[in-house]
Amino acid sequence: MTIALLGRLLVLAALGAAAAGAVVGIAAGRSRSEAGLRLARRLVYAFSVALIGANLLMVYALLAKEYSVSYVAQVGGNAVPARIAIVSLWSSLEGSILFWGLVLGCYCAAFAWRTRDKFTDVMPWTLATVHLVAVFFAFLIAGPANPFLDTPAPIPTDGPGPNALLQNHLLMIVHPPMLYLGYVGMTVPFAMGVGALVEGRLGAAWMKATRTWMLAPWGFLSVGIILGGWWAYEVLGWGGYWAWDPVENASFLPWLTATAFLHAAMLRERRGILKGWTIVLLIATFSLTILGTFMTRSGVFNSVHSFTQSAIGPTFLVFLAIVLVASTILLAMRVHLLEAEGEIRSAASRESMFVLNNLFFVAFTFTVLVGTVFPLLAEAVRGVKVSVGGPFFNRMSVPIGVSIVFLMGVGPALPWGRAKRDEVLTALAVPVGVGVLLTGLGAALGVRSFWPAVTLFAGGFAGAVSLRDMAVPVRLRLTKGEAVGDAVVRAFVRGRRRYGGQIVHLGIAMIAIAIAISQSYQLSEETILEQGQAVGIGDWTVQYEGTREEVTPNRRSTIATFGIARNGAPAGTLEPRMNVFRGSMQPIGTPGVRSTLTEDLYLSVMNIDSEAGVVGLRAFVNPLVYWIWSGMFVIALGCLVAAWPSRAAAPREAPA
Amino acid sequence: MPDKRWILGMIAVAATALGVLAFGSLGDNLVYYWNPTELIAAGDKAYGATIRLGGMVQADSVEFDNKSTDLAFTVGDGTTTVRVEGKGMPPQMFREGIGVIVEGTLRKDGVFESRELLVKHSNEYQAPEDGEKPDLDTLDGEADAK
Repeated sequence: MTIALLGRLLVLAALGAAAAGAVVGIAAGRSRSEAGLRLARRLVYAFSVALIGANLLMVYALLAKEYSVSYVAQVGGNAVPARIAIVSLWSSLEGSILFWGLVLGCYCAAFAWRTRDKFTDVMPWTLATVHLVAVFFAFLIAGPANPFLDTPAPIPTDGPGPNALLQNHLLMIVHPPMLYLGYVGMTVPFAMGVGALVEGRLGAAWMKATRTWMLAPWGFLSVGIILGGWWAYEVLGWGGYWAWDPVENASFLPWLTATAFLHAAMLRERRGILKGWTIVLLIATFSLTILGTFMTRSGVFNSVHSFTQSAIGPTFLVFLAIVLVASTILLAMRVHLLEAEGEIRSAASRESMFVLNNLFFVAFTFTVLVGTVFPLLAEAVRGVKVSVGGPFFNRMSVPIGVSIVFLMGVGPALPWGRAKRDEVLTALAVPVGVGVLLTGLGAALGVRSFWPAVTLFAGGFAGAVSLRDMAVPVRLRLTKGEAVGDAVVRAFVRGRRRYGGQIVHLGIAMIAIAIAISQSYQLSEETILEQGQAVGIGDWTVQYEGTREEVTPNRRSTIATFGIARNGAPAGTLEPRMNVFRGSMQPIGTPGVRSTLTEDLYLSVMNIDSEAGVVGLRAFVNPLVYWIWSGMFVIALGCLVAAWPSRAAAPREAPA
Repeated sequence: MPDKRWILGMIAVAATALGVLAFGSLGDNLVYYWNPTELIAAGDKAYGATIRLGGMVQADSVEFDNKSTDLAFTVGDGTTTVRVEGKGMPPQMFREGIGVIVEGTLRKDGVFESRELLVKHSNEYQAPEDGEKPDLDTLDGEADAK
């Protein structure tokens, strides 16, 4: 048996398991059969095992240079090092869909395992939904995007190697899997929402579980999006990290609705309201991941990310249509069953801030969606090729984003229920002070334009509220006479979700401020330097020292060396370069970046003429960019704290 | 409940405002993809708008001044040509006969003012098409040529 055939059989096994599981799950839901539910769960395991097998097989084929497998012939190469060979699993369309299947299998198996003795009423429908999504992806792998085809004879003895951009930077190795972990993970909460809808019941415990299953993919998606920006910054060489590229937007859209969900879910949990709305958000999030995949994979956009023009695009569009139509029908039939158990009693309360927060997130989603999809509609309807410029997105998203950051402070500062006036004033006084202080500090350092100043205030305010929210339980315990260490540990363990959430908020505040400042106060200089010549930018001096060549089996690099100095003090060298990879003609530049806490010096070579000893240099000074990447780690930490599975329900303390 | 109606009304007003704002600023910020023929055919509509002009850099048209970094060249699509002027070092791949996308605006004197210059890469971000021959010799070939 050839490897390609074995791979095809494994994929077919996965497809069979998913299809059977969908039928069994629906039947179990109708008959409420325990045995049926067990079988549906086992079929989830079978699906995931088959896909794990298929992925391992592909990795083996890539490492062993088995060019008889079509995908290996497409992205493999004798000169490709093992590390790159493994990650070329997701370097091209077919492999990335196979990898998608792996991630889906792992998520679903983990979900089926963690919920094995619980929620027997909703689980059959949920597992059936999971299986239906699995059927679609298994079908893609088995059919239109099959990576396990036989390479037509004669079988080559070498291949072109994966996408050069993938080989160019470490971040490109971690960015795609993070995005997949985020995107694919949205399937589970979506299925849970559909399960609740079919069953016509959305209990607090189910909602809490759904929120937990949303937290992990949300965290991965957040990290994936920021890593994408980081990669663009370190590799693409235009001095920025976000360009409102359609595919960047595609990853950002489900993030917006997922974030809205994480907040709406707390309202459902605490107040028993907005049940139908939380499910709408789950459906929207999942649909946006499918739309995003369509936009990335179909080549409908001119983008850095469009991989291939492929026939897989329409399949995604059909799937998206099915999801939307089925969900809408289900919503129309069922949503009246989800009755609200409570109501919002006061405008000055945490719950009304959450509602406001959701409105802003929806507005944000709408704006980005309009700007992203408009060019497609314009071309389809009027046949004109247009794109929507960055200024549109900035003009719309800055006020919305800043409002959200500000609300991020107001919400946690207000109590649930009804806030008392003096309570609110005490809670807000110190954070407002911190916001004003930060704005003042900014003004002293030269931040005098409106939006950056407002962002400084909102970020400082929200950050201070987060810190205060983390300190309050500890202080309460201290006043009850607990030792400092005990108080901190107990407050943390008891309020892990709260702490996780506030850590994430801190990360967001950091990132918001860093984005506002780096976008508004970038310095740039474009010049041509002869060997020995220097140029000044901000506090920095950059001197062109010379060029050398470096050839490895896989690429040839022309490296320009620049001596840099900050305020006259030498600060080493930076070496931006031009790389030409084996199998590709185009040079890909890699900028040289010196990161410091306050600002980055960013050098990008446009052009190197080694014979004449001349370089075309683009230099940027980007303030605070470092804090965006640091904020990513803070967000990841917060998610870990909030989503880490608890060993067992912690013994409840007696209510005070 | 009048309270609820009031809230819904507010939401409706906010949504309308957002819609008007979004579609209003959308129109101002559209970037058109045109080739030189379409650019000339657009007439007055072209002035002031942000345009991505796509075409080939014409032979013997590139002028570049190392000191001032003034760059000028002609872009054509086979039938029409447009003169492009801008500032800044062109990208490494830029040369005569290559496809480019120039983002900028058309001046009243018929010269296209470039703000950004992108070289059209045939396969930079794409995996090789089916049947496309892997270009294994380029690396060594170019290294020898240097």
